[in-house]
Amino acid sequence: MARAKVYITLKEGILDPQGKTVLRALKSLGYDEVGDVRVGKYMVLELDGTDKARLEERLGQMTEQLLANPIIENYQMEVEI
Amino acid sequence: MRFGVVVFPGSNCDHDCHYVIKSVLGQDVDYVWHGSTDVAGYDCLVLPGGFSYGDYLRTGAVAKFSPVMKAVAKHADSGGLVIGICNGFQILLEAGLLPGAIMRNVGLKFICRFVDVRVETTSTPWTSAAHQGQVLRIPIAHNEGNYQVPPDVLVEMKRKGQIVLRYCSLEGSVLPEFNPNGATESIAGICSAGGQRAGHDAPPGARVRGRARLSGRHGDLEVAARPLRRVAARPETGEPSARRFSRPHRLFA
Repeated sequence: MARAKVYITLKEGILDPQGKTVLRALKSLGYDEVGDVRVGKYMVLELDGTDKARLEERLGQMTEQLLANPIIENYQMEVEI
Repeated sequence: MRFGVVVFPGSNCDHDCHYVIKSVLGQDVDYVWHGSTDVAGYDCLVLPGGFSYGDYLRTGAVAKFSPVMKAVAKHADSGGLVIGICNGFQILLEAGLLPGAIMRNVGLKFICRFVDVRVETTSTPWTSAAHQGQVLRIPIAHNEGNYQVPPDVLVEMKRKGQIVLRYCSLEGSVLPEFNPNGATESIAGICSAGGQRAGHDAPPGARVRGRARLSGRHGDLEVAARPLRRVAARPETGEPSARRFSRPHRLFA
């Protein structure tokens, strides 16, 4: 069983309302060193198979098709065999 | 004209749409279950508002793979009319039947109130009963109504007249303070290049009562526009003018 991790973040230049709210909250708590906050998603998938290249290719398709919206989001992924 | 209202698990404005089409517009209408693969015989398909598949992952992201969506795409490709309202709009965006994407409202609040929108084009089946620049007062009720589109796509959309509605003041001025959710250039409704597919951010929930009260004439193609026009045309009731919003935003740098 392989394990895959997918990180999804909003593209640069797209305002992140959640991130801005978290940033304001941190500032109000006195964490003045925080410059910006971006909120994303982290997903863990269990995959059947041992061919890493094949799994990465399939995971890329899954991400493009469903997990992320390429219009507003970027993603990174890792597959661990 | 025959309408089909598509019902997804989690749709909750399907009955509103059915009621408006049947009782206000006086047209034939059926519910179409999301598992259906055949939409032959319908002139117009309506994707209603709600929370399809619990809004999990992203609004509309799972619904776009419902079996009915292939049939909806085929219907649209052959020139059939499709309108998505609120969550239905989000599904059309996710399915790639309309350009752009929807994000959470700036301010992170669910917004349920009346807004004013300006008709930007009357060259669509949806707004042909309105006149250019007309201000319509409609209710919105959404958490994700913040329409986003890359700048290059937006340029193309403007060139093709795909911007249908913009949030505005009571007098029709499109200004950041009248943009309730942070949508790019205050866009509230768009259509496909040919006009057959349309989507807007205003679920008909609260509007149903207004439509019902104002019924009288039978509508034709303007499932959205004609009742809206009646709403907009009612005498001034002395309602307070559009509230101003405190934070103007541009989402694409």
